[in-house]
Amino acid sequence: MISVKNLEKTFHTSRGDLPVLMGINQTIEKGEKVVIVGPSGSGKSTFLRCLNLLEQPTSGEIWFEEEEITSPKCNINLLRQKMGMVFQHFNLFPHLTILENITLAPTSLKLKTQEEAERSAMQLLERVGLADKAQAYPAQLSGGQKQRIAIVRSLAMEPKVMLFDEPTSALDPEMVGEVLQVMKQLAQEGMTMIVVTHEMGFAREVATRILFMDQGQVLEEAPPQEFFASPKHARLQDFLSKVL
Amino acid sequence: MGNLILNPQYLAGFDIGRFFQDLYMNLGQHFYDAFIVKNRYKYIVSGLGNTLLITLFAVMIGIVLGTLVALIRVTHNNDKKKFRFLNAICSIYLTVIRGTPVVVQLLITYYVIYQSADKMVAAVIAFGINSGAYVAEVIRSGIQSVDKGQIEAGRSLGLNQKTTMIKIVFPQALKNVAPAIFNEFISLLKETSVAGYIGVQDLTKAGDVIRSITYDAYTPLLTVAAVYLLIVMILTRFLTVLERRLSASDIR
Repeated sequence: MISVKNLEKTFHTSRGDLPVLMGINQTIEKGEKVVIVGPSGSGKSTFLRCLNLLEQPTSGEIWFEEEEITSPKCNINLLRQKMGMVFQHFNLFPHLTILENITLAPTSLKLKTQEEAERSAMQLLERVGLADKAQAYPAQLSGGQKQRIAIVRSLAMEPKVMLFDEPTSALDPEMVGEVLQVMKQLAQEGMTMIVVTHEMGFAREVATRILFMDQGQVLEEAPPQEFFASPKHARLQDFLSKVL
Repeated sequence: MGNLILNPQYLAGFDIGRFFQDLYMNLGQHFYDAFIVKNRYKYIVSGLGNTLLITLFAVMIGIVLGTLVALIRVTHNNDKKKFRFLNAICSIYLTVIRGTPVVVQLLITYYVIYQSADKMVAAVIAFGINSGAYVAEVIRSGIQSVDKGQIEAGRSLGLNQKTTMIKIVFPQALKNVAPAIFNEFISLLKETSVAGYIGVQDLTKAGDVIRSITYDAYTPLLTVAAVYLLIVMILTRFLTVLERRLSASDIR
């Protein structure tokens, strides 16, 4: 579904060039749940953001459903409609109600009429248990509720793959569970998911494959059982000994 | 020279007690002379009308011009290849207008650029162009104050840059800067008081005309000040209500 060939990304800063991704090769199949872990600064988020071109790769190719999205001919907006993204800081639109947050994109892009969009938004809200918040504004919601709405907002576009960029890192510990619950439900329904997270429990339970990244490279990848039980790379052993 | 004003010799002729006594005793007479005789209050009324008219139209020009300039500057900032020429013009405009006094701009507008124009039109254009420069910077800062994550969220949903700006960034930016823009117009109202320099009969000029007819400075000038103050207070009150309504979505 997604294949990444020799992906590199270098940030040009005032203090010189900062290489963040140094040659990533990955193939992600439909229905996979790939969890990416690693220390901060390892390039996990940048990798994820390259997949929907929020970051422009410096070199390399990314293919999504037989289309090279890194080519200049690719319609980025059309691509992003098929790839939902959930951010660490939710990024809900504060000036719109919850319902408007969810229906904005489908109606602006004329994919649905206002009525259709609202009906499916209400169904989605029902599913995450927040239907009563439809007319509220984001500022009136807790962090966990905001993140669940952010997930629903992405789902309203009926994406083929969902990208999660540390979705629980900005939450109070007691709110992490409700967000992970929604993500687990999504995984069970067969959604293709790529998740950058520090939640090892979630990785163990949901992932079909875990990638360990450090210094811009994927050092190790394995199914969860193997990943946690017998890590091969010394850097991963060290990382796991600290986070588990 | 610096002590000139404190020299008792110069203060000798001034008795503050007498001044107030005279003022209160003859207040009615002063008022009558200044405003009732020969319907002189009409100077004030038509002056106020002109002041409000200039401010209103200048505000409209300011908003349109300011928004345009801000959009050009922000678009250029995001993508240096776009609007290079227009951006250069805008930045000259901002530098010149914000770097010169409004009175000078007014005089140049009337005497140099529109020599034959109506005085009111010249004043409206001069103040409009002046206010546009300040509004532009306010709006630009408003657009840039919107969190980058908002743009990313919009774009990640598949909205293009234009839709993201119109539906997500601008509403938040305008909400952030509405009080600042409104404040700009309150100060514009006061700045129009120099319109008299090109002979526009605005509120300030009206007071001055009455002063020169009656040889009484206190009554007309204090009245003019009171009228400005009253209008500014009403507008400020309106601003508070506006701010409260704009923050509806912030209430927890």
